[in-house]
Formats: sequence, structure tokens, C-alpha cells
Amino acid sequence: MAYSPHTDADRQRMLAAIGVASVEELFADIPSSVRASRFELPPPLVEQETRAELSRLAALNHIPQLSFLGAGAYRHLVPQVVWEVIGRSEFATSYTPYQPEVSQGTLQSIYEFQSLICELTGMEVATASHYDGATATAEAALMACRLTRRHRIAISTAVHPQVRRALATYCSGLGVEIVEVAADLADGGSGLTPVEAAAGALGDDVACLVAQQPNFFGGIEPMAELADAAHAAGAQLVAFVEPVSLALLQAPATYGADLVAAEGQPLGIPLSYGGPYVGLMAAPMSAVRQMPGRLVGATLDGEGRRGYVLTLQAREQHIRRERAASNICTNQALCALAATAYLSAVGPAGLREVAELSTIQARHLAAAIESGGCGERRFSAPYFSEVALRVPNAARRYAVLAERGIVAGYPLGRDYPELADTLLLAATELTTDDDIERLVDALGETA
Amino acid sequence: MPAYPDDLRYSREHEWVRAEDSSATIGITSFAAEELGDIVYLDLPAVGTRLERSATFGVVESVKAVSDLYAPVAGEVTEVNEQLATNPELVNSDAFGNGWIVKVRLDDASQLDDLLDAAAYAELTA
Repeated sequence: MAYSPHTDADRQRMLAAIGVASVEELFADIPSSVRASRFELPPPLVEQETRAELSRLAALNHIPQLSFLGAGAYRHLVPQVVWEVIGRSEFATSYTPYQPEVSQGTLQSIYEFQSLICELTGMEVATASHYDGATATAEAALMACRLTRRHRIAISTAVHPQVRRALATYCSGLGVEIVEVAADLADGGSGLTPVEAAAGALGDDVACLVAQQPNFFGGIEPMAELADAAHAAGAQLVAFVEPVSLALLQAPATYGADLVAAEGQPLGIPLSYGGPYVGLMAAPMSAVRQMPGRLVGATLDGEGRRGYVLTLQAREQHIRRERAASNICTNQALCALAATAYLSAVGPAGLREVAELSTIQARHLAAAIESGGCGERRFSAPYFSEVALRVPNAARRYAVLAERGIVAGYPLGRDYPELADTLLLAATELTTDDDIERLVDALGETA
Repeated sequence: MPAYPDDLRYSREHEWVRAEDSSATIGITSFAAEELGDIVYLDLPAVGTRLERSATFGVVESVKAVSDLYAPVAGEVTEVNEQLATNPELVNSDAFGNGWIVKVRLDDASQLDDLLDAAAYAELTA
């Protein structure tokens, strides 16, 4: 595509057309104190120099030989068909399809995505996606505030720390207060959210309880009991879930979740230093008017043929302006398409197999570390595909292994001082027995 | 000039009020309903909600616009027109009758004196 920069003559004509003397005048309303005085940019590069510089930067990326890092993002097999579908030129620039008459293919793919997320979660309506799991969770919690007309949010400390930070950012300035429910992190504790503590944090001014399933430590939370506690206080349960786990665990609708949010990365989206990922959100139809973001609906055209359109747009900021359900969300159409292609390719049985293999390998991993004398399980609760292990001298051993290209999970001490000796290790269907043996051997050598 | 019911009071934001002793019924005028076009949804307050005068208390959504509802008087919501949940078009077809929106217990009946009468409202919308 040709790139034609504006000439000075072009700029003068445009300025004359709008009656402004200089470009600078367009910025007159912005106080000089908040404007950058100068931008220290490097000199321009030609194409070959740019390519060389980008290659140099890419070479700085640390690509581990072996990784047990999960903590919210998981390395699963991405079938080739996913790349084939998202690489099609029709989808390459898929942004919000406001014009249904020219966007039926894109709209249908989003409708299929929403349908798949409804099937996974058991909920009635799902959005066309969000930035990521953290923002989807924050949006869901704020949605609960609108639905209940309450202004406090209770959240378990067993929810991913980054999700809690995103929620805090969303709430700052809104006058919404966050109450933390302390997870049981005691020695020999469950690593779960105590139902009584959750009930105690819920008052008649709390809009929702946010809990994660499986929680940040991989533990299986008593979601039905947490839902009951929330409902008894007139609050909602916002369930932040991991989508692959839904092939084995109860669907959120079954245990009484009112709103569901998830990080969709495990569904066919590769790990790439943190993104782009895709947020999922689902709700009951009765709450649809308070949902943020795009929604695609199925309808019939003037000749009775099935068609797809963006629907209930009056919720959104291009119509509702500052009173929109959200002013800080968009969809992640290409990543959502990858999730759609992934779920369609693996199917219900394939997804269950991915979930089962991941849990089996996680148990194998925990058992190998324990029998190798390298560590022991930190919490007592049943877990999914990720397990917290107390490893003596964890920080030093983690660093030594990192030098050798092995990422020994996630050091929980980064977020929880009381878990300084604890590593959170994840397994997926791609974790081999040999991988586990190499990890245990390496840990043993650093004892 | 259109005629509006004489027994109602009107706000400049196009709500009407029918007062009976210390309670009042509130809706939007036929003029507002016509301007909005086909109404498809109303987001209404729960019974027991306090309405502050001139503050928004709900939202009316039509096929072409979304508008806030402003409380013409202060009071507590005693009843919400449940029919509007399934038949929002009542606001278009019978704005001053079956299309009523909420009933409130008035804080101060003298606030009605600050509203327009039918003739003044007709002039406003002429």
C-alpha cells in the first residue's frame, strides 16, 4: 500500500478550510504544563536498518527451553487450522462490523463465538469479547454494581493479583470500594476462599463477590457455597474462570454464577509475552442491557433469510456517550476468531481431553517433585492443572534454573509475602513426562 | 398547537405529573414519545427508590435514541408500570394513560407549582 505523507501545501489547505492559522492552534485548549515539550526520537531508519534493529530487539527475547509457567496464561497446542482461519485476508482487518450489509461473514463468526462461550459457561448471552480476562472481570464487577445499584465489590485474594490490580484501576475514580476476602494461606491450609469469610465481607451495600475457578493457586473453590453466600446478602457472584477447565468442572451457570468472565487465551491463542489475548464475558439475558461491549444478534432480513447484526447498540458509547455501559472496552475480533476456530476444531471431546491430560500431568508433576524430595504441596484443596509447591530456597533455585533455560513456574512470593518459599507450577497436555523428569533433576541438583 | 390534558402538570424535560393528594403518577408526554420514535425499552427504578427533583431516575430507549428520564418532583417510588417491561410501546400509543411510568409518594406537593400547566407546555412545544 502506498504511503503518501501530507505536504505543507496540503496542511495549509486543510487549515484554511477550517479557519485555523496553524496546527499548534488546534492544541490551544491543552495546558502547556501537561504537554510534552519535545520528543526525543532516534533519527529515521531505512527499511534494511529498521529490519536489522527489530531483529536485534527480537533476539533479546528470552525463550525458555522448558517452562512450567502458567499463572493465568497457558501453553496449549494450537492446531494448524486456527492459523489457517485467522490468516484469511477477509478476517485480517476485522474490526467492529457496523455495516451488516457488507459484514455478514465477520458477524457470523462473532455470533458463533458468542454461542460457543454460552455453551461453555451455560449462560444465556455472551459478548463479542473484551481486551483480556482482567478487564472482562473488572467490567463484570462494575456491571454487578449497576445491576444491584450498590457500590462495593468483594474479591477473594485467591483471585489473580493482576486481575485484582486491573479491578482497582477500574474502580479508582468511580467511588466504588473494594473489600478483600482473605484466602486461607495458612500452613496446611486449603488455599481456598473461606465461605464464612466471604459471607462476613458481604453487607447490604456489596454488589458482588468475585471469585476465581480454579483459583490463582489452581485450587477448586466451593463456588456453589460462595454463590449462596453472595445471594443471601443480595449480592451477585462474579465467576472468573479458566475456559479449558470448563470441560471438566461445573459450568458457572450450574453453581449459580450471575456473571462470568474469563481469559480466553488458552483457547487457541499462543503465548506471546502477554498478548494480545481475549476476554470473555457471559450473563443471563435479563442482564443484557447492562452488558458492556459489542453484541451480535441473529435476525431475518426483509426476505426472511437469516442474517446477523450488531444489536442493543444503545448500551454503547457511540450512541450513549458518557453514560454507556462502558467507555473503555472494545472487542478482540481476531483473537475471538482464533478461539472460535480452536473450539470448533477440538470439539467438546477434544477440549475434555486437553483438560484431562493437563490435570493428569499436573498430578504427575506434583508427585515427581514430592517423591524427588524437592518440595511438597503447599495447600490441601483439590486442584486443576496448576499446583502450589513449597520448595526450600525457592528463590535461589528458581534463579539458577532460569539461567539454565528452565522456568520453574511462578514464584508466589512476588504477590504473597507469606508464600515466599512457594512456586506455582502449571502443566498442560504439552507437558511431557520427560519435561517433568528434567525439572525434578534440575531442582535436585540445586538442593 | 397540540392540546395536552388540563389536569396534568408538565416539566420542561417533557415529563408529566398527575397528582392525587400526596401521591403522583409520572410519565413522558405524547410530544416526547413522538420525538423519540418507537420506544423499545425502559430502564426503570425499583419500588422504594428515592427520586430527587431534576435528577435522572431512568432511561428510555427508542429505535433512534436513548434519553434520560428526569424526576419532575421529589418523592419515593411506590409503584412501577410493570406492563412497560413487555409492552414499552404503550408509551407511544397512550402516553398520558396506560403508558404511565412510575407512581411516587410526594415529598412536597408544593413542588407541583413550579411545573407548567397544559397551556404553557403547549407553548413550549409549539
